[in-house]
Amino acid sequence: MDKLINDFSIGLFFWQSLVFLLLIFVLKRYAWKPILNAVNEREQSIEDALKEAEKARLEMQSLQESNEAILKEAREERERILKEARDMKNKMISEAKDAAATEADKAIVSAKAAIEAEKSAAIAELKNQAASLSIDVAEKILGQELSAENKQTAMIGKIIEDVKFN
Amino acid sequence: MISKFTALSAFVGLMFFSAPAVAQDHGHENTHHENTHDNDAHNNEAHGAEHHVEEAHSEGHGHGAFVPASDTEGRKAVVRETVEHHLADSYEFHIVGPVGFPLPVILFDNGLKVFSSAKFHHGESVAEVDGQYYVIHHSKIYKTDAEGNMLLDEAGHHIKPLDFSITKNVFMIMFMAVFMFFLFRGVAKTYKNSLVPSKAGRFLEPLIVLIRDEIAIPNIGEKHYKRYMSFLLTIFFFIWFLNLAGMTPLGVNVTGNIAVTVSLALMTFFITQFSGKKDYWMHIFWMPGVPVLLRPVLAVIELIGLVVKPFSLTIRLYANMLAGHVVIMSILGLIYIFASYTAAIPFTGLTLFLYVLELLVAALQAYIFTMLASLYFGAAVEEHDHH
Repeated sequence: MDKLINDFSIGLFFWQSLVFLLLIFVLKRYAWKPILNAVNEREQSIEDALKEAEKARLEMQSLQESNEAILKEAREERERILKEARDMKNKMISEAKDAAATEADKAIVSAKAAIEAEKSAAIAELKNQAASLSIDVAEKILGQELSAENKQTAMIGKIIEDVKFN
Repeated sequence: MISKFTALSAFVGLMFFSAPAVAQDHGHENTHHENTHDNDAHNNEAHGAEHHVEEAHSEGHGHGAFVPASDTEGRKAVVRETVEHHLADSYEFHIVGPVGFPLPVILFDNGLKVFSSAKFHHGESVAEVDGQYYVIHHSKIYKTDAEGNMLLDEAGHHIKPLDFSITKNVFMIMFMAVFMFFLFRGVAKTYKNSLVPSKAGRFLEPLIVLIRDEIAIPNIGEKHYKRYMSFLLTIFFFIWFLNLAGMTPLGVNVTGNIAVTVSLALMTFFITQFSGKKDYWMHIFWMPGVPVLLRPVLAVIELIGLVVKPFSLTIRLYANMLAGHVVIMSILGLIYIFASYTAAIPFTGLTLFLYVLELLVAALQAYIFTMLASLYFGAAVEEHDHH
């Protein structure tokens, strides 16, 4: 212990304390602060970058999800439109069919009516023609035949009797 | 694999470098003092100036003369003195062999006296400055008369002038401070261009972050740790680098010097006390949560603890570093004592092993000092909310 105390050098103690204190302040100013700041800054930037990446990843994910949703919606829309179109087509076809059928019915009916009318007209015409023909024939025949009175009368009677309106 | 090999060969290289350094020391000293050494003359009585200074020198350096290999006791003494010499502070920076440079001596003795340690001629002669005479004895400067006889005060102690010399240790401290300044300012500058560390920063930044994340934040807490970072970082790198400097063959023993560790521990102590909050003092003087009668007893114990903490910091670093140097140099010294090649091989291997261990200890002691300092700071700023 005595040796230890004897070895203790006040001068060395003084210089050590002085130099060390100066060293702390000088290094603080020129080394530790800039270094620690740089390290902190870098750590912060790494942290920020990681957060940013995570955010971007989440954004990407949500974007993808929304894309999918849009795609799905579009698909549904397409399905719906197609279905509508199909329905429309079917409806149009059936309407067209109905209309056609109605028209056809109508046409048939009117045709029938027309035919009937024509037929009646034809019959009437025929009748008229037949009548006029008959008259003509009769005139001619009568012209020749009805030279004798009696024959005329018999003839007329016979004709009248034959003619029956059906 | 390759890097392991490289590191190992570097250590081997260092060892081969450091072993001849010791040996050369002997050779160098041998040529100078073969005839003047007096191994048995261990009395402090005044001899003639010449003789006395030589004796002081031989005690300090411990290799005054060639000691034959058969004289084991003599060689043991040489090793012991060599170790002591290498651990002691010095007024000159001795590198290897005759290479070295003197350092300024600053004394307060009837006024400021500044002169080069070259005046002592490697501690061999009396230095005369402004009518005062000084001599180096056991790596300390003492006042003498013109003939080199050490002066005594009334109590019979040798008179030491107030010594603020730039000794080898002071020089190393200053050198390390400048080195650290340029090193870390360089690292700080690289961040101006890019936030990614480059060059030395790649190696140092993880350590800085380690001290922040593993020492400061867990012990002091997120809230207060920033205030202590400068101190913790400086003290960690300062101790570590000086420990490593002690592993070079230059024989630097700064962190193994009690004055240095006392200074470091006292700074830690004062910072702790000045940052002590209400809770900290309450836990010392009036411990909450224990019976009132016990509280004064605990206060005494806590106060003792307060003083023991810086003391333990001082001794832990000092003793660890000193012991490391002593063990390595003693085992190297065994080669000299046994004086045989069969001894050289295992002892060199053992030294290499201890050297690697000491490299670990160098980092570990710096880490422990920093860790304990932050632990004390943490206790000082801690806020309890459970009472």
